[in-house]
Amino acid sequence: MTHVPAPAHPSAWVLADSWTMTRRGLAHWARQPVQVLVGLAFPVMLLLMFAYFLGGGMTVPGGGDYKEFLVPGMLALTMAFGLEGTMVAVTQDLNKGVIDRFRSLPMAPSAVLVGRSALDMLQSVLSLLAMIGVGLLMGWRWHDGLGNALQAMGLLLLLRSAMLWLGIYLGMVAGKPELVQAVQILIWPVGFLSNVFASAETMPGWLGAVAEWNPMSATAAAVRELFGSPGADGGSWAAQHALSMAVAWPLLLLAVFVPLALRRYRGLGR
Amino acid sequence: MTDTDHAIVVEGLRKTYGRKHALDGLDLTVPRGTVHGLLGPNGAGKTTTVRVLATLLRPDAGRVEVAGRDVVSHPDEVRRRIGLLGQHAAVDEELSGRQNLDMFGRLYHLGARRAAARAEELLERFALADTGRKPVGRYSGGMRRRLDLAAALILAPEVLFLDEPTTGLDPRGRTEVWESVRSLVDGGTTVLLTTQYLEEADQLADRISVVDTGKVIAAGTPDELKARLGGDRIDVVVRDAGRLAAAASVVAMAARAAAVTTDPDRRLISAPVTDRMGALTETVRALAAAGIEAADIALRRPTLDEVFLHVTGAAPAGAEAKEGAAA
Repeated sequence: MTHVPAPAHPSAWVLADSWTMTRRGLAHWARQPVQVLVGLAFPVMLLLMFAYFLGGGMTVPGGGDYKEFLVPGMLALTMAFGLEGTMVAVTQDLNKGVIDRFRSLPMAPSAVLVGRSALDMLQSVLSLLAMIGVGLLMGWRWHDGLGNALQAMGLLLLLRSAMLWLGIYLGMVAGKPELVQAVQILIWPVGFLSNVFASAETMPGWLGAVAEWNPMSATAAAVRELFGSPGADGGSWAAQHALSMAVAWPLLLLAVFVPLALRRYRGLGR
Repeated sequence: MTDTDHAIVVEGLRKTYGRKHALDGLDLTVPRGTVHGLLGPNGAGKTTTVRVLATLLRPDAGRVEVAGRDVVSHPDEVRRRIGLLGQHAAVDEELSGRQNLDMFGRLYHLGARRAAARAEELLERFALADTGRKPVGRYSGGMRRRLDLAAALILAPEVLFLDEPTTGLDPRGRTEVWESVRSLVDGGTTVLLTTQYLEEADQLADRISVVDTGKVIAAGTPDELKARLGGDRIDVVVRDAGRLAAAASVVAMAARAAAVTTDPDRRLISAPVTDRMGALTETVRALAAAGIEAADIALRRPTLDEVFLHVTGAAPAGAEAKEGAAA
């Protein structure tokens, strides 16, 4: 008969167990390819809508092509909106019976969440590539070399990982799919209260200030700078330090929400 | 030191949700290699007990040892020695049975190759080998239950928890689960089984604890408990409600029963019997002699409600829902 393997502490298995959980997610993708494609197509559709339905009426601060301004912003928005998908997936998972099985196994407890975050990061890389591909087709270009462009993508994925863990935490706090809906609605004003579609300087004073301090704005501004896109410079302190802010904001969010999420998972059943 | 003779030791287990005492000082000892039944109505605390023992829920107070390990201080040690079959299928509905077992095998750290081989073995053993890529969501209730049980057995656990394993299964599925449980016990596994069905506990368990409001209110072998419960009963339904009282005294005489209960709404008379066939023939004869027409006469086992009436002197909360469950 099968026997109990080496009695290493479960946390020694974080990587292996997380990979098993990520494989589970990939197996779900293989079962639901249409859902995966829709997930990738939605932000692309938003990009096209804003570029061609509304773009004609927009002006870029300091002049320039709106599409050049919009694409980096939309990349940041897509990374941030990934929060929603993560949150839904976590809430659904925790409401499934299989979570009891996972919790009664000698696996690393963090693997359920780490595996989820790896899967969603993979999805984000695919989403980023799809957006960049469409952006290039629309005539958007990076102007400051591939090195800077790759740095920009790194910053985008950093924002995504922060929003991902925020999403995991919120998904666990919400607990029920009904509460997730509230977040799905709230994410829109929060997403638009940024410099993604228009410069924060065009907003009423205090609103503009809030928009400039939005983590998404920091990433959008930093990415515009690295891509050499128009409209990157703003007058405020936050806008001038966009690069540092685009690193600091996500790290701060990660430092807060990774431990909170892991602790909450371990505390299930208390 | 750890207790070597007992697979499960529970002392003074308490768990409170808000103001509700789900478990109120529950005690339980299960010797290794035996089957123990936890019998009780919904809300009695059976599932809460299993969840604490399976490390899914932290107790508020009390000592709980499973396979010689404390569930609070050494949950990981416990997890490598238990299998759990919960009330709801704890498998991934979107994946196939094979994918599920393979995944769980990896999470038990068998390694990819052994996990795959073990999955194959268990699918074969539980007659699921031909399910292919079909997602578990499209399995029948019985198939899902078998897969769930297979998942609980990946590591050949020392202690297996079965929380209402046959609820919602047809008689065939029920028999299948019972047979699997028996063969496991033959292999030395200790089983803790919760059920609402007296018959199930009777079929499988060496000993039974009757649980209500978070406490064990009676314990013993099935025979001991049955003796305390007064054995079988005879039910008579009369055609004419007006003759109910007359019929009740006829049945009391014929069945030699002291405590006859009547239910005017259902025109039902119920009495405990000791000599089953003697009581039945005598009742049929006596009713005919008295000119009382019976719509139905039946011998049956005591229901869970009657167990509770007997043990506690009061009907359990929500008893109506389980009327006749063990009939």
